[in-house]
Amino acid sequence: MSGTAQSVVRMANQIARNFAALGDEAAIAQTAEHIVLFWDPRMKATAFALDPVQFSPIARAAIDRLKAGIEGADASVD
Amino acid sequence: MSYEHQPDFGTSASRSAERVTLTIDGRDVTVAQGTSVLRAARENGGDIPSLCATDSVKAFGSCRMCLVEIEGRKGTPASCTTPVEPGMVVHTQSERLAKLRRGVMELYISDHPLDCLTCSANNICELQDTAAEVGLRDVRYGYDGANHLGQQPDLSNPYFLFAPDKCIVCSRCVRACDEVQGTLALTVDGRGFASKISAGQAADDFLTSECVSCGACVEACPTSALIEKSVKQLGKPERAVITTCAYCGVGCAFRAEMKGEQLVRMVPWKQGKANRGHSCVKGRFAWGYANHKDRITSPMIRERVDEPWRKVGWEEALAFTANRLNAIKARHGARALGGITSSRCTNEETFLVQKLVRAGFGSNNVDTCARVCHSPTGYGLKTTFGTSAGTQDFDSVEHADVMLVIGANPTDAHPVFASRMKRRLREGAQLIVIDPRRIDLVKSPHVEAAHHLALQPGTNVAVLTAMAHVIVTEGLADEAFVKERCDWDEYQDWARFVSDERHSPETLEPVTRVPAVELRGAARLYASAKNAAIYYGLGVTEHSQGSSTVMAIANLAMATGNIGRPGVGVNPLRGQNNVQGACDMGSFPHELSGYRHISDSAVRASFEADWGVSLDPEPGLRIPNMFDAAIDGSFRAIYIQGEDILQSDPNTQHVAAGLGAMELVIVHDLFLNETANLAHVFLPGSTFLEKNGTFTNAERRIQPVRKVMEPAAGMEDWEVTQALANAIGLGWNYAHPREILAEIARLTPSFAGVSWERLEQEGSLQWPVNEANPDGSPVMHVDHFVRGPDGKGKGRFVVTDYVPTDERTGPRFPLLLTTGRILSQYNVGTQTRRTANAQWHEEDLLEIHPTDAENRGLKTGDLARLASRTGETTLRVTVTDRVAPGVVYTTFHHPATQANVVTTEFSDWATNCPEYKVTAVQVMPSNGPSEWQHDYADLTSRSRRIVADAREPAE
Ligand code: SF4
Ligand code: SF4
Ligand code: SF4
Ligand code: FES
Repeated sequence: MSGTAQSVVRMANQIARNFAALGDEAAIAQTAEHIVLFWDPRMKATAFALDPVQFSPIARAAIDRLKAGIEGADASVD
Repeated sequence: MSYEHQPDFGTSASRSAERVTLTIDGRDVTVAQGTSVLRAARENGGDIPSLCATDSVKAFGSCRMCLVEIEGRKGTPASCTTPVEPGMVVHTQSERLAKLRRGVMELYISDHPLDCLTCSANNICELQDTAAEVGLRDVRYGYDGANHLGQQPDLSNPYFLFAPDKCIVCSRCVRACDEVQGTLALTVDGRGFASKISAGQAADDFLTSECVSCGACVEACPTSALIEKSVKQLGKPERAVITTCAYCGVGCAFRAEMKGEQLVRMVPWKQGKANRGHSCVKGRFAWGYANHKDRITSPMIRERVDEPWRKVGWEEALAFTANRLNAIKARHGARALGGITSSRCTNEETFLVQKLVRAGFGSNNVDTCARVCHSPTGYGLKTTFGTSAGTQDFDSVEHADVMLVIGANPTDAHPVFASRMKRRLREGAQLIVIDPRRIDLVKSPHVEAAHHLALQPGTNVAVLTAMAHVIVTEGLADEAFVKERCDWDEYQDWARFVSDERHSPETLEPVTRVPAVELRGAARLYASAKNAAIYYGLGVTEHSQGSSTVMAIANLAMATGNIGRPGVGVNPLRGQNNVQGACDMGSFPHELSGYRHISDSAVRASFEADWGVSLDPEPGLRIPNMFDAAIDGSFRAIYIQGEDILQSDPNTQHVAAGLGAMELVIVHDLFLNETANLAHVFLPGSTFLEKNGTFTNAERRIQPVRKVMEPAAGMEDWEVTQALANAIGLGWNYAHPREILAEIARLTPSFAGVSWERLEQEGSLQWPVNEANPDGSPVMHVDHFVRGPDGKGKGRFVVTDYVPTDERTGPRFPLLLTTGRILSQYNVGTQTRRTANAQWHEEDLLEIHPTDAENRGLKTGDLARLASRTGETTLRVTVTDRVAPGVVYTTFHHPATQANVVTTEFSDWATNCPEYKVTAVQVMPSNGPSEWQHDYADLTSRSRRIVADAREPAE
């Protein structure tokens, strides 16, 4: 049975794919924003901890960006 | 106050703004132009006897009872068919008229059984009233001439009967079926004395005919010829209470006609603005579940789900629940707790459940079953228009010239609105249907779609983008509207995107399977109409691109200027009665009431100040993520109000694994539903007849629900939630839902002007009700899009790229399954299966195209195995060309079928709304129930055990 890890990979890639038509830069920004707005903290944490190769390039870039942002902001969330 | 019939003005109200003054019996009266003389008299406190006229249908002028004298005219015209004229002088009573009327009455009565005292309609009969009015004292013809007495009644319909000997052949029922319902099931056979009413063909009775049991004919009948069986059994009601149907998102208003606490009948309320006096079989008749023997009326608990249930008192149940909640919170933190609100419960109840989760549990893990139906509407319309709601009221359809119906089956899922659509279509409006299946609306009496685009399931975005391609490249867009009302740059980006040759109908034809010519025709028809309105349902949202499809629809409406006036717009048809309300009330994990994001600190602060707590600024878990987290061990307790997620959510086995991993599952419902098999606490719920509150229908109309009987378990649902809140120490003390509604209004700008008192006075209000729209908003986005802090924003075009679903057919699963619902049943059937509606739908059936059936050696009635990569089930097949080759279709009303055993975990990219509408499957002949069905039947009977007597709790 799938747990959070499997779902976040599928979800992140699917989100990225739906924004792909906007071009890479916009797609990465929108994917990152979508995750911020709609994901529970443990889903975000799961995504940050996963092996990045499972993510599509856009999804990976979005997650990296969020991860960097959060580390930069002194991990104040959760 | 004693019981009174709803007023009947004889003919329908005129819409004209012109006023006409005439004289009736010496009194000057002023009415709208086009009003009949009959109605003019009745609107002004007078009366003219009548029999064949009723205000739900066109006047027919056949009974000659409503005769009047008009100065300057010869003879005695029928007042029901005579329109008023300025200066007309009418006399409604004279010796000549009295004689004529008595003569007519005598004829009727000589052929009518005079068993008034024992008749079901005694004292609620118009024939009786009219006989009294005309002063009938004698029947010169005697009673023993040829007559229709002694004919056998037709008792086939479970809810009403037809007694031909009581029929006066006024044809009101026939006209109601034609004009109000649009089914045309009834006819007058024969002529003159031999004429009689019949349903369908000669051999048919009501049950086997085309009749859909809407009750319009029963409501129209002046005698006991067509009457509710419950009235026959219980007699005349003694009072009537106005309330709102608890089944679908149309939100029909009803009069609950009562005898003490006994419901005698539900009659559609003529002043209800959603239904205007019409109803469907569910709301009108299927309320028997309220007293069904399966209802659980006592709280129950158990340590583990493999134990039998133990009935306990409220106090013990609440203490048990609170202890577990507190212990889990102490061990695993607030984010291990959550709840699910119900689209069947009231706004007030939903609001309290999300408040309990956010303020009491301390997490934002609250979601609602709208997740599995209309969450993409929320996302898509908020992104494009700025507000998550349909743009029109239902009356708007009367001004539509073209209707585009996508992924909705209104005649089954929203029957009363479908009747209104059909009425408009019979008047000449054109229809485009986009649906993989030939739904009834495509071709029904006097209605035929101009275009039916029978697309391949899962290609909605491709079809809509191709329509946009046609509109933009053929210069059909309304650029003046776009320039004024929308963001022009975004429009141009979008227009460039859709104009690309790869989005042309010709290029996409192999993907969508829609002939390009047909698609171009549909796009042109939609774009060139004066008023074109889009209506859509779950066939849009329950896809991996549900949100994209909603946005593609919004793009089309904006590009053609079909926004902001009556007759146009984008209208989601909501499934359950309070989907709109549940969404409005802050049931989603990322937003507070009125669609405001939880991360907005100003909004959060207003709630924190009101509630005296601090709120988690991070979004919580959605339903499918809750099950994931439960399997991981980080989510452990859930309070589920009025939902059967095990049956209604996709991939049943994943849901079961998630629930099975939790330490505390609290089910608050009427029945031991499927989810309760995995629950530790059962809190008995109350029906809509047992509580006060409000529902919000698909047109944003907030309507009161009123208590007509005491809750069977002693508490209304909001009281149960309050008791649970207080058991964990929240100290709430609401005495009535009006206080909760006041809190909602205080904290939610779009509800600012709503109050219980106002609803009592005005009947209903359509949000937003605020300073800018003090009387509510029948049509939204009139001058600006309701977006941004000032509610005066621009419409936003969003590029929606077609991304095929990951669910693909292949050699093992070569067919595509899509799902839907039928008229007589509601959702997972928890209620409707417990009524006589089961007579119309005993089991879920699988529709399959003749070619696919033949390849598999299947005939109608055969048992088939339906398998996908997630599971399998068995059900009976119906061979039909309603579905295209390669597509199969079923409903999901019965737990024995468990159609969701085969649906997958794929979901909408933006909202996780499950992809119910597309599953790759194989269908094969079968000999009996699948293994899952066997196991499941076992599990169900084991987990539903209840200990007869309360024992000592096992420590
Ligand atoms: S119940 Fe409705 S559908 Fe059936 S005959 Fe009467 S009006 Fe027609
Ligand atoms: S069944 Fe009732 S409504 Fe229909 S024709 Fe007879 S009396 Fe009139
Ligand atoms: S189920 Fe829907 S259409 Fe039928 S009576 Fe109720 S609200 Fe109206
Ligand atoms: S009511 Fe006018 S003719 Fe029957």
